[in-house]
Amino acid sequence: MSPTKKVGQQTLRFTQPPFIIGKGTVVGDMEKKGPFGAEFDWVIDDTLFGQKTWEKAEQRMLLESVKLALKQVNLQPQDIDFLLAGDLMNQMISANFSARDLGIPFFGLYGACSTMAESLALGATLIDGGFAYRVAVSVSSHHDSAERQYRFPTELGVQRLPSAQWTVTGAGAAILCQQGIGPRITEVTIGKVVDRGSTDVNDMGSAMAPAAADTLEQHFQDTGRKPEDYDLILTGDLGTIGKACLEELLKPTGYNIVPKLSDCGVLIYDPAQDTHAGGSGCGCSAVMFCGPMLERIKRGEYKRLLLVGTGALMSPTSSQQGETIPGIAHAVLVEQ
Amino acid sequence: MPQNQSGQSPKQQQQQKQQQKQQQNQQYQQMVQQLKPKPAVWKNAFWAFVVGGIISAIGQVILIVFKAQGLPEKPAGAAMLLTLIFLGALLTGLGVYDVIGKVAGAGSIVPITGFANSIVAPAMEFKREGYVFGVGARMFNIAGPVLVYGFLTSVIIGLLTFLVKGGGK
Repeated sequence: MSPTKKVGQQTLRFTQPPFIIGKGTVVGDMEKKGPFGAEFDWVIDDTLFGQKTWEKAEQRMLLESVKLALKQVNLQPQDIDFLLAGDLMNQMISANFSARDLGIPFFGLYGACSTMAESLALGATLIDGGFAYRVAVSVSSHHDSAERQYRFPTELGVQRLPSAQWTVTGAGAAILCQQGIGPRITEVTIGKVVDRGSTDVNDMGSAMAPAAADTLEQHFQDTGRKPEDYDLILTGDLGTIGKACLEELLKPTGYNIVPKLSDCGVLIYDPAQDTHAGGSGCGCSAVMFCGPMLERIKRGEYKRLLLVGTGALMSPTSSQQGETIPGIAHAVLVEQ
Repeated sequence: MPQNQSGQSPKQQQQQKQQQKQQQNQQYQQMVQQLKPKPAVWKNAFWAFVVGGIISAIGQVILIVFKAQGLPEKPAGAAMLLTLIFLGALLTGLGVYDVIGKVAGAGSIVPITGFANSIVAPAMEFKREGYVFGVGARMFNIAGPVLVYGFLTSVIIGLLTFLVKGGGK
């Protein structure tokens, strides 16, 4: 037997699973109008959140989500050992500037839209490894700041393709602790970067689905469980097309995840909101997981939830230079 | 050369592996194409026709009005274009043009109002990075290619005209 806490190829099983003791979510108006709108902590009516620019607004959202999570469990920033945070902006300005204001020892993480799962995985690893007692994780995305960085100026009159997804305006934070009550992170499966040759920047879902399929198959193999053993398998932001691709990809493996599968990007908006293929962005899985889903685990609706954060690892420059779009997916198992 | 059990060199094996991977990728991309919804081409074409037509009709009305006011044909045409550019810029500033563009697509991109939109939108967007490196440098982010290749085409056509017809006479 290996002396490490690694199970199989890519999965870590914690011996003292960390608790998720606190959470905070901040979302925009569009997310409020979605089916889970009432379950977020703070809705900002103004996309600028009282700031001068959307980038500053996103920074404030990330900061406020951490503050909300801290407030929920009556803690101060100095009570936290590490802050793990990330976002989609160039050089991760939202996370960096929030960390400046919080003054907590900080790791900046980039996993595109999988950053929430990545942060939870690393945070839990730090705690179970005995290197930290409490860890705060937070990620954010903002529709307008993402549009102007990745696509077009917001006032430009262009049509979006049916496969395009809508970047979520939202920030989610969670506080992990070695002791406490609440849902626990029991296992994580760290994904590999998978590239199946997608090049369409208007269709991120199908670029990320192979990574999600790879991580899920590995997770099932490593743990010896089957999809039926989970109450919910929740992917990050595959959207309608990516979700369909994932279902197709897993068919030949014999793991039938269809009855258990759900996707934050599909759930967060109402189809009538005309977002096309659903939501995307770091904030998508962050607010859905830290908000409605964590609440449902606490209530006992889900006893075993597998969050599979998915990210498309491209930049506008790499796409313009003809590179394909690699994807990544990390799985985080949360149990009541 | 080292041979393995199947009698292939490592290089051949690697090539075969790569080919297999490429094939798998192609298969996946084909599957994705089937799952992807197709853009509503007819609906989009219809709205592009309607909105593009309305913008053109407005231009025509403006032209008639200017001519009725006594402007000769050519200056009236230029004044009409300027008016449309102003309207395109104004609607962009009011946050209306992107809403029109969502429905109309090419119908609101092709007319000159769309050109105005493509310059004013980035100008507004990048104002936050300052007037020099924001507005100044990035104003032609979208319209730049149109200008560059427009100029290039006009130079080529000018040269061709010169060669075929001869200069000046």
